[in-house]
Amino acid sequence: MTLPLVYSALQEGHEILAAHEVAGEAFEPFLPGLVILLPLLGFILNGALALAASRRSADALRGGAELDFFEGGKRPWTHSLPTWIGPGVIGLAFLIVLVNFTRMLGADLHEPVIRHYWTWMSTGAFQVDAALQLDQLSMVMMLVVTGVSFIIHVFSVGYMGEDQGYPRYFSYLNLFVFFMLTLVMGASFLLMFVGWEGVGFCSYILIGYWFTDKAKADSGKKAFIVNRIGDLGFLVAMLLLFAGFGAFAGFGTLNFVGVFAAAPDALVYGGGVVTAITLLLLLGATGKSAQIPLYVWLPDAMAGPTPVSALIHAATMVTAGVYMVARTSVLFALAPVGGLTVALIGATTALFAATIGLAQNDIKKVLAYSTISQLGFMFIGVGVGAYAAGIFHLMTHAVFKGLLFLGAGAVIHSMHHALHHTHNDADPQDMRNMGGLRKFLPITWITMWLATLAIAGIWPFAGFFSKDEIIWMAGARAGGVSGGWYTLIWIMALAAAMITAVYMTRLMIMTFHGKNRTGQEEARHLHESPWVMTVPLMVLAFFSIFGGWINVPHAISDSFLGGFGLLPMTEWLHEWLHPIAGVATEIQAANAGAFVDRAPFGGGELLWAVLSTGAALIVVLVSARVVGGFKILPAGESPEPVGFKKVLFMKYYVDEFYDRIIVQPLIRASRFSWKVIDAGIVDGVANGLGNLARALGWFGSLFQTGSVNTYALFLAIGVLVILGVVAF
Amino acid sequence: MANFFDFLLSADFLFYVFGGVAIGSAIALVTRKSPVASLLFMVATLASLAGVYVLFEAHFLAAIQIIVYAGAIMVLFLFVIMLLNLGHDYQKDLKGGAWAIVAFVVAGGLAGVLAQQFKGTEALPIYQNAQGPEVIDALLASQGAVGAIAHPLFSDYVVAFELTGILLLVAIVGALALAKRRV
Amino acid sequence: MLTEALVLSAFLFAVGTFGFLVRRNAIIMFLCIELQLNAVNLSFVAFSRYLGIEGQLYVFFVMTVAAAEAAVGLAIIISIFRHFETVNVNNFNLLKW
Repeated sequence: MTLPLVYSALQEGHEILAAHEVAGEAFEPFLPGLVILLPLLGFILNGALALAASRRSADALRGGAELDFFEGGKRPWTHSLPTWIGPGVIGLAFLIVLVNFTRMLGADLHEPVIRHYWTWMSTGAFQVDAALQLDQLSMVMMLVVTGVSFIIHVFSVGYMGEDQGYPRYFSYLNLFVFFMLTLVMGASFLLMFVGWEGVGFCSYILIGYWFTDKAKADSGKKAFIVNRIGDLGFLVAMLLLFAGFGAFAGFGTLNFVGVFAAAPDALVYGGGVVTAITLLLLLGATGKSAQIPLYVWLPDAMAGPTPVSALIHAATMVTAGVYMVARTSVLFALAPVGGLTVALIGATTALFAATIGLAQNDIKKVLAYSTISQLGFMFIGVGVGAYAAGIFHLMTHAVFKGLLFLGAGAVIHSMHHALHHTHNDADPQDMRNMGGLRKFLPITWITMWLATLAIAGIWPFAGFFSKDEIIWMAGARAGGVSGGWYTLIWIMALAAAMITAVYMTRLMIMTFHGKNRTGQEEARHLHESPWVMTVPLMVLAFFSIFGGWINVPHAISDSFLGGFGLLPMTEWLHEWLHPIAGVATEIQAANAGAFVDRAPFGGGELLWAVLSTGAALIVVLVSARVVGGFKILPAGESPEPVGFKKVLFMKYYVDEFYDRIIVQPLIRASRFSWKVIDAGIVDGVANGLGNLARALGWFGSLFQTGSVNTYALFLAIGVLVILGVVAF
Repeated sequence: MANFFDFLLSADFLFYVFGGVAIGSAIALVTRKSPVASLLFMVATLASLAGVYVLFEAHFLAAIQIIVYAGAIMVLFLFVIMLLNLGHDYQKDLKGGAWAIVAFVVAGGLAGVLAQQFKGTEALPIYQNAQGPEVIDALLASQGAVGAIAHPLFSDYVVAFELTGILLLVAIVGALALAKRRV
Repeated sequence: MLTEALVLSAFLFAVGTFGFLVRRNAIIMFLCIELQLNAVNLSFVAFSRYLGIEGQLYVFFVMTVAAAEAAVGLAIIISIFRHFETVNVNNFNLLKW
């Protein structure tokens, strides 16, 4: 494993940093362009294979053959090649990122390294370069993106291997990684936006991957359209940044380095322009990261293949909003209202989505709402100014939520096979149809429990450190400016964390424990997934356990929770990201007050850490006991939920509300403009003009008799008229 | 009697004679049914106009009017009429009825407007003061009828003259190309 | 005498116009055009008596053009006749739309 290597390099880097940045080596990037190009190459190769495969299947259909690739047990070459190309390119990219990471660890890097390739566009004062930015933040994101992507690509080999569109699937997935890396590595807002739009597009085609199912294709469209709203905010924010508004003259550039260097002087602290910019950026982030009010697309996005849900809709793409806020931390630090709004939206979303997750029966829907809720935590983190904490939770969440989704995928895979063999048309994703699966899927069961403990925030799993730090940081601002709001956020976050433990325990109990509800015949076909799917689960489980140890707070490090200082990487991520977030932290400390080392109602960090992990543990145990005591019936026999449970089950009727308030009026307005304005007025005028011209032409054609005499007569009359005018 | 002959030979009287013949044969030209007859009336018109030209001391033009126009061009028309064996057309040649009335009104209006405009031209200062007739007479006396035309033609108007040559060449080529059976 | 000559010219021109309008025989219509040209020639000659010898030069040029026109026009009429077996312009109305 690469971990020892990383650890030793970390130690080295740490020592160098600790020696007060004495002339460290300059960071020399290793083939950073290749990191982006390899997934693109994979997309092209797999895309070509997909075209070949589709031609073959079309030929087969035309020849009257049954469309079954796997009759005879041998996979066609269009299926065997992507198995190596798809995960291979991502694995190579991951290796290159690792090399770069170790080099960056050994180097002394204060300023971002910009790799400039060519000038993308240059019009007047507006110049955008195709340039990559390598700094601590993008490095972390590259590690997460390529690492998690690689694991999920490997898992996909097992999960999607029997799908007819296998090469197409891998080409889309590779294209997604390409755009995601563009997003995190781009050196300007515009390049980031390219990746931003690109991942949105890939999300759309992957949600609608089984496009012959109209509901799934519609889910893709919903995701795309809802994201569009957020993208508008991003675009307008970019325009404001470039061209300015009112007294603010604009930066005249969209490069991160240029904008952030000039921002503290050019923008007034708390001014209207910077607040507008941050709120517009936030609108973009709520769309991409599925926060209130634009979260509605993410639950529907579960229509895509489960590894896609794991990769795009849990681990990477949806965290783009968090990355963006962390990247533009200087702007958010300058706009306290913007930052507070981010944190408030995050807290509201975290609590709101967690409660919905309590009542869902579809295993992927529960995880989707859990993702929304956890993204809310990240928003709290970056919103209160604890950028390292937000990114930290992003990393740990990528691991354990990826694991949960892949585990759910393994469960669904198994359920699907069992139900398919027995021609049972029950829903393989409905947890009411599961139960007692731990006997059949032991590896999935154990790894998913590890992830559940991680997400529930139980020591010493990864989620404990990251979530606890976010909650602590939110509370630590309660003593400063607008402390009341932060107290509220702190309480909401604590509540959401507890509810997280409840719904995750409910999921695990309903899925793996209790009596088996699949049916006798079906149960015999339930079996554990192949190693290509279980090994990724184990790798992710490993990081779900130990991943949190890279950023143990000082207050905990020396206590029993931190192994009395045995963990070597105390606040490592915090220091690692300091060159990125340092400016923002200083601005915030100077204007809004620094973080205090005290929770809103007293108590230190260690006390609250012990309290929260203890509470989480109790909640897990109690809810396991309570849910285990419920009598759960298979989906077909369950009664309709009633009362508040029904409100939760119906997701607070938000979709219905949006449908009534926005979608239906929009459809009516569109119908009006189609039928009345377009077909009636516009077409009427256009056709009327056309008919008028035709009538005039018909009238004129009456004079075109073809006879020379007639023309001569008109000529003579014309001459006469002109002569008459001249003469009289 | 001598007066009467003088009158008969006076320019005024001869002008009316030639003019009357020209108008009469022009009207006959447009009203005769037979193309050959029309053509012969055209020749008569041309000849009488040549007479008018002489009265205006344009002797050279009068000569080529007879030789080229009446002699060559009209004979060409005659050739074509005879070649195509026209004059036995079963379709009516003259348009009648309302069309003829409209055409008459238009043509009459044209004549009326033009005549109205030409009335009193001699009273205009440019003609009152012009030494035109004397100059022309002197020119004709010194250079002769041909020389008077030829001199400006080959000096001031030589480019236009050459261009008419090219025009004729083009016309010959065009006529050949059109009239050939197979191009 | 100038006015009389111009009026004569106008009258001949009108007669030529009238002939062009009412006749259907292409060759006669052609003759009418020649008549109109001659009417114009007459006015040129009449003006040249008073305004200088150039008027006669224009008549010379007009005659040249008339000759060229007659050559080409008659050639066209011959090719039309070959095609339609008639020179009645009522029969060739392909000029319309």
